[in-house]
Amino acid sequence: MTASVSIQSVFQRYGTAVALDAVSLEIAAGEFVVLLGPSGCGKTTLLNIIGGFAEPTSGQVLIGGRDMAGVAPKDRPTTTVFQDYALFPHMSLRDNVGFGLRMRGVSRGDRAAKADAMLALVGLEGRGDRRPHELSGGQRQRVALARALAVEPDVLLLDEPLGALDLKLRRQMQDELKAIQRRVGTTFVHVTHDQEEAMAIADRIVVMNGGRVEDFGPPRQVYLQPKSLFAANFMGEVNLVPVVGGRAPFGPVPVDDGTLCLRPEAISATGSLHIGLCRVEDVAFFGTHVRAHVTPLTAPDLRLVVHLPQSLAVEVGMVLDLGAESHVVLNG
Amino acid sequence: MTLAARDRRLGWGLLAPALIWTAAFFILPFLAMVALSFASMDGRTVVHGFDPGNYVRIFTDWTMLKALINSLEITLVVTVVSVVLAWPLAAIIAFRVPARWQRLALLLAVLPFWTSYVVRSYSWLLVLGQNGVVNKALLGLGVVAEPLQIVATRSATVIGFVHFFVMLLTLTIYANLIQLSPNYARAAQDLGANRWQVFAHVILPLTLPGVVTGAFLTFVLCIGDYITPQILGGNAELTLPQLIMLQLGRSGNFPLASALSVVLMAVVTLAYFAASRWLRLDRV
Amino acid sequence: MRALSWAYLALAYAFVFLPVVVLVVFSFQDGRLPVPPLRGFTLDWYAKVLADRKLMAALVNSLLVAALSSAVALVLGFLAAHALARVRLPGSALLRGVLIAPMTVSYLIIALGLLSLFNQIGIRPSLLAAGIGHVVINLPLCFAITYAAMGDHQKNAERAARDLGAPEWKVLALVSAPMLAAPLAAAFFLSVTFSWDEFIIAFLLTRFDVTLPVEIWSMLRSGLSPATNAVGSLVFLVSVTLVILLEILVFRRSK
Repeated sequence: MTASVSIQSVFQRYGTAVALDAVSLEIAAGEFVVLLGPSGCGKTTLLNIIGGFAEPTSGQVLIGGRDMAGVAPKDRPTTTVFQDYALFPHMSLRDNVGFGLRMRGVSRGDRAAKADAMLALVGLEGRGDRRPHELSGGQRQRVALARALAVEPDVLLLDEPLGALDLKLRRQMQDELKAIQRRVGTTFVHVTHDQEEAMAIADRIVVMNGGRVEDFGPPRQVYLQPKSLFAANFMGEVNLVPVVGGRAPFGPVPVDDGTLCLRPEAISATGSLHIGLCRVEDVAFFGTHVRAHVTPLTAPDLRLVVHLPQSLAVEVGMVLDLGAESHVVLNG
Repeated sequence: MTLAARDRRLGWGLLAPALIWTAAFFILPFLAMVALSFASMDGRTVVHGFDPGNYVRIFTDWTMLKALINSLEITLVVTVVSVVLAWPLAAIIAFRVPARWQRLALLLAVLPFWTSYVVRSYSWLLVLGQNGVVNKALLGLGVVAEPLQIVATRSATVIGFVHFFVMLLTLTIYANLIQLSPNYARAAQDLGANRWQVFAHVILPLTLPGVVTGAFLTFVLCIGDYITPQILGGNAELTLPQLIMLQLGRSGNFPLASALSVVLMAVVTLAYFAASRWLRLDRV
Repeated sequence: MRALSWAYLALAYAFVFLPVVVLVVFSFQDGRLPVPPLRGFTLDWYAKVLADRKLMAALVNSLLVAALSSAVALVLGFLAAHALARVRLPGSALLRGVLIAPMTVSYLIIALGLLSLFNQIGIRPSLLAAGIGHVVINLPLCFAITYAAMGDHQKNAERAARDLGAPEWKVLALVSAPMLAAPLAAAFFLSVTFSWDEFIIAFLLTRFDVTLPVEIWSMLRSGLSPATNAVGSLVFLVSVTLVILLEILVFRRSK
């Protein structure tokens, strides 16, 4: 029903191109892990390697402690929810969901019962006789999920399953996905390039770039204490301020030398890391907050993005005294 | 065994039947034919060996050379005329006929495609013959005093071929035209091109793959066809396939027939390389 | 411009249909020659043709060769297309080229090659020999049609089936083939019509049992006759029925 996944120094090369570069990960049984990164970062390659659709050039993949080398996808304790869902267009939803059980020799009656139960789990009870083309995108996504879960895999792999849905539906499906994962307890490995989606569903996020793991941790940690500049940038908007000899462009700061990373919402009138007086250069109302570009009076070449409370009436040309509430310093 | 190796083994396994079939019944026979083309005849028996005599004969014997020239001339004329006639037909179906009737229009335009090939040439015999429909009509209208001699001339062969290949080319050119986004023409007009310029600089070049693919198929099928020239052209002038069949039938000269076939094959191969830049054979 | 278009269309249709119309009209000729003037209406020629044993035997032979050779070509072409679309094989472009190659070679050459091969290894001219030749010409067609139809959508569904535990033959039988039903049917029917109509291979590779086009060819030797018109009209009727069935059953449904 659930199993751990251990990835040990996996390399993947295509000719001279390196798709995965010494990737090692330990995923606990029952965990919801999200592989996050821009396109081409290697996240889908890694998912394919776990699912057995590609083989690593070197390195090992263990599922539930068992080495997966040479094990075909059909013999692995994994199933996949594909990006385009890959539903069988010529089969009813019940036959789609029951397909894996059919391959395992389960009798027709038993698999119909199981399929109907799985369809109910994803909120499609009573639709077993429909065909995939009669469904909306969100519903197809649910069928793909039910089909992959029907064979009770130890590990469920999801390849950008929400990518084709519109924003509102995507947010709704994220909540459902998380709830279903809690109910079935299966290990979920989910690929996406949407960092908001990652934070919404993940127990832990793996940030990937250029075939490497940049960061790995719970959403809060990856967002607030990123381990690399790439991770800091990818998780959301960030101000990068160079610190040399204990000085930032706007004045001395009590931090080590390196790059000071300040999230826009961490900058406020009460922040303890003092920035000083800043002039507002432009401003836009974003509903939940006011987004502004400001320039410290002491560093006219520096532009900082700040998110100020919506109640604050900010105008271009105003001068504010600002400081950062939290920060992290990175090297490189 | 690794997964990739297992996949490859499976792939070769699935591919093997088709490959073996093609090797055994296409490549091997072709090689056998090439080998045979270097044999010679002693009376009615085939003497195997390496004798280029057949090829020397093809290019020095005027009957043989003339057949090759006839075939090339007829094929080129047929290809050009068919393209010129089919392009407007395909364009009218693609752009003038309302969308919901296009499929029907196309189906009708190629319906005679589905008559038997032998019977189609025979039908033209009824149309073009001395007592045929055309001559009876012309005589009745007083346009001519004597029936025209069309059958058993090159004209009849060309007409019979053009009839068949206009249908084929209409299909390939239509398939190409219908894929073109109307925005190409709109963009060109937007940038100041007139109708003629849109046609010459945008639409025509974009249909080149369809035209060339169809023209190549026309060339291959036309130059290798025996029935149409045999039924409509008769024996007044021979084409290469007719000459090949004569060797098989009358004298049983397999080596010479094989050599003629190799020459025919070489001509087609040359045409293939000439057209290969624009060919889309796997998308016919 | 518009009027000119319609005029051209009308002329083109007239040209395309002229021989077919003449063929069918004079198959009802009440006289010995299928040329004007039309002397009256009779179904005698059809009766004569349908009672002609040799002709009917050739018809059965043709159907048999067409159906069997097309089935073989379809299975071989489908498996090869599946292999080349799914597995990354060394030299796959070359392999595709080899499989397509017979399409670019005149039927006469294929026939002559097979004839010399069969002569040497002692296979007698027969329906089997002609059928082998028809597989050679239809295999590239079946391969190309099914290969072109294998899109990403198809590949992903096959991947999903494998992921859910299906062995390869079940993937083929339960997912690939049903998803490709329309192009497979199209390839099969096209092959049937090509084989059914093919002359030169059948002419050179058969002797005692012949196919319909070969039998019609020998009818032509005795000159013009409304009987030939009647046979041609019947063949036309059968082919057109097939095409219309294909259109309705396969293409309408796939939309």
